[in-house]
Amino acid sequence: MDDYVIEMLHITKEFPGIIANDDITLQLKKGEIHALLGENGAGKSTLMSVLFGLYTPEKGVIKKDGKEVTIKNPNDATDLGIGMVHQHFMLVDIFSVLDNIILGAEPSKFGFLTKKEAKKKVLALSDKYNLKVDPDALIEDITVGMQQRVEILKMLYRDNDILIFDEPTAVLTPQEIDELMKIMKNLAAEGKSILFITHKLNEIMEVADRCTILRRGKYIGTVNVAETTKEELSSMMVGRDVKFAVDKEEAKPGKEILRVENVCVKSKIHQNDSVHNVSFNVREGEIVCIAGIDGNGQTEFIGALTGLDDISSGTIKFMGDDITHKSIRYKNTHGMSHVPEDRHKHGLVLDYTLEENMILQRYFEPEFSKNGFIKKNEMREYSDKLTEDFDVRSGRGAQTIVRSMSGGNQQKAIIAREMDRDHKLLVAVQPTRGLDVGAIEYIHKEIVKQRDEGCAILLVSLELDEVMNLSDRILVMHDGEIAGEVDPKNTTLQELGLYMSGAKHDERKEVFK
Amino acid sequence: MKENTSFFKKPAVQTILASILCAVLGIVLGYIILLCMNPAHATEGMVAILKNFFKFSGKPQQLMYYLGSTLVKAVPVILCSEAILFAYKAGLFNIGAAGQYTVGILASLYTSLALGWNWFFCLLAAVCAGALWGAICGFFKAFCNVNEVIAGIMLNWISLYICNIVLGNETCMNTTKSETYDIAAKNPSGILPGFLQGVFGNNQYMTIAVPITVIVAVVILVILSKTTFGYELKATGHNKDAAKYAGMNAKRNIILTLVISGAISGLAASLYYLTSIEHYKIASSVPGMGFSGIAVAFLGGLHPIGAIVAGLFVEYITLGGQYLNTNYFNPQVADLMIAIIIYLCGFVLFFKTIINKPKKVQKSNAEADKNASAKKEVQR
Repeated sequence: MDDYVIEMLHITKEFPGIIANDDITLQLKKGEIHALLGENGAGKSTLMSVLFGLYTPEKGVIKKDGKEVTIKNPNDATDLGIGMVHQHFMLVDIFSVLDNIILGAEPSKFGFLTKKEAKKKVLALSDKYNLKVDPDALIEDITVGMQQRVEILKMLYRDNDILIFDEPTAVLTPQEIDELMKIMKNLAAEGKSILFITHKLNEIMEVADRCTILRRGKYIGTVNVAETTKEELSSMMVGRDVKFAVDKEEAKPGKEILRVENVCVKSKIHQNDSVHNVSFNVREGEIVCIAGIDGNGQTEFIGALTGLDDISSGTIKFMGDDITHKSIRYKNTHGMSHVPEDRHKHGLVLDYTLEENMILQRYFEPEFSKNGFIKKNEMREYSDKLTEDFDVRSGRGAQTIVRSMSGGNQQKAIIAREMDRDHKLLVAVQPTRGLDVGAIEYIHKEIVKQRDEGCAILLVSLELDEVMNLSDRILVMHDGEIAGEVDPKNTTLQELGLYMSGAKHDERKEVFK
Repeated sequence: MKENTSFFKKPAVQTILASILCAVLGIVLGYIILLCMNPAHATEGMVAILKNFFKFSGKPQQLMYYLGSTLVKAVPVILCSEAILFAYKAGLFNIGAAGQYTVGILASLYTSLALGWNWFFCLLAAVCAGALWGAICGFFKAFCNVNEVIAGIMLNWISLYICNIVLGNETCMNTTKSETYDIAAKNPSGILPGFLQGVFGNNQYMTIAVPITVIVAVVILVILSKTTFGYELKATGHNKDAAKYAGMNAKRNIILTLVISGAISGLAASLYYLTSIEHYKIASSVPGMGFSGIAVAFLGGLHPIGAIVAGLFVEYITLGGQYLNTNYFNPQVADLMIAIIIYLCGFVLFFKTIINKPKKVQKSNAEADKNASAKKEVQR
């Protein structure tokens, strides 16, 4: 029999109305990298919450080193040596690396911190696993990749030997991802066991030894990665074959729709600009993508473009009309659609029903209102039409409270709303964030369809696969500026990575096309 | 997905159950207090409070008279709670309702006693004064980002002292008793027209205030649930970032909401004082009606019609204090019970959670949710 460090056997966890985990078994061998793959809502998070003692399963047992254990709360999990690197780091920005690592497990003598020994231990660990960090640097000064290493060191410092990585590559550049893959292999070689939660099949193929696939709360299977292919994994995950490449023809750009000139946006935190002198244009029938690492001014730029944030200088022209200082309502009603980056903050009123969210920007239009009263029947019909056209699934149809819907369906609802509105420009920020392969395929197809119908599309994405597959032109943003423009057909991920990390920066002559 | 159609799972039913639970608990605690004060007569006292004006059930004339009084006295607290819940739906906590109510008293009594206006114009003056007070608060919130609670509390005190100064002279007030004159004697045209006084045992205080209150509640219900304005307000209240994204004018809505809320508070004051059932006395603290309104709004499940029921209940218990045998008890025990009920109102949500999640496993879900949301906070 194999040596399993952690076994979760026949775990069943029910929520009112839904079975989140249905008889799921996950066995983690010592020293292996085990990927956990599944669509959104497949039950990965629930399973991890069970392992961390946040949920009590109805059925099933958890075994550590073959002995049955009960995990009632996260402290029990920590005592068993289970640690997790969260997708969003849990670090205190203004503390040093060392302070963050020892936070919660501070070594002390008579109530005084004994940081010297802690530092020695951290440095030793950092040497052993080749995790380069400067213990005295402040978190806010170091790169995202380094912050992730701090998170990993945090787990090692606590002598955890079961490490869970929750979608760790979402915020990294290609170079940093390579680095992380090496680190993970290193850790496994040193005898740590790793659970790797991800959507990205490439990464599984590269580092994982075995992979467990969940679909809709059910256990589909565990495969040896060496004996499988990407295609097989994805069809196991989605339940059907999925195409990776986006089918699209050559773009046929028409006249200019959006023209952005020298746009600057003041930073809310620092003195300097978070967006500096950004100029470009988007024509009808093309998809222009702004690529870049999270936090390089994309959010601020889109805020200035759509009106959510103030613009400090520059002009924005939309179909020849100067809309620099126009209201959001004006932009909404004059042909700009916006799929926002944060669907919970901006895109939806979570406590409203689906139908109420479907008319969020249009409730006052004659189609949906009369004498200040909302036409409930028209609202219902419109919502039903959209949910059918875009296959938005919800528990109670138009009357479902949006908060109770899955993330993927919430996003589909927003996409449906924005695509159906009268528009010439679609601003889509991370339209597929957190979605599974099937939904991504669908949304990509819709975006290409919009393009072919003559819509101008400005896409902002952190997913390089999406950037490469979908766009007709790529602008790379670094540190608030456009670092370069590349043609997706004549570039490589490595080149993009160089632009994204600021290693390459073009003095651009030809700004507009 | 399975749909839960059980009667007790409906949110509306749960809200009502939670509110009733609060009321019952308040009464039980009140009984315990009576027991501590005077065990021998506690039951008798409790019965007197609960039986209230029904002790006249043999005499229909008197029964209806006291029922009428209860309705009239419930008017201001119901309207204040309508004002508060209206603002609350738009995400604003209008603690300034107390001040808006005070300027309403000021405007209605001054126009009536000093200027001798007709009741309709006195009413209008109070509505405008309340609206203005709300507008000031809204202006600070919208343009200077001053929290409406802070601005409201400041304005509460300002309104109190202005009211004391303006009404505290001989044109409006019997200075020896330091309370305002009776409108009926000084300016009969300032009294609100009667409403079904014959039915309510010739109760002269029974005026159009009562039906107006019901109308206001219904109008608020319609605005909130049927109109585009209500749609905007609730969207802003639930998620102001999404409201901004949708192109709604946040500044305008903030001011408008507080203006309307203030107008309702002002109306509350005028509908009460213009019946002449009570006179304004120089006070050292802001009239509590606006604050009781907060509790009533929550006890009524933040529903315009629920507020009417809750307001009537609160007033019923308060007035029940009069029927206590003063040899054994201080009538303020009733106030104490109301205070307890109001205190428990804060737990309406808590009770709702308990009703909602009776099983142990499900309770751990709630904790996990809490953990998850706490985590999210940390991430921000």
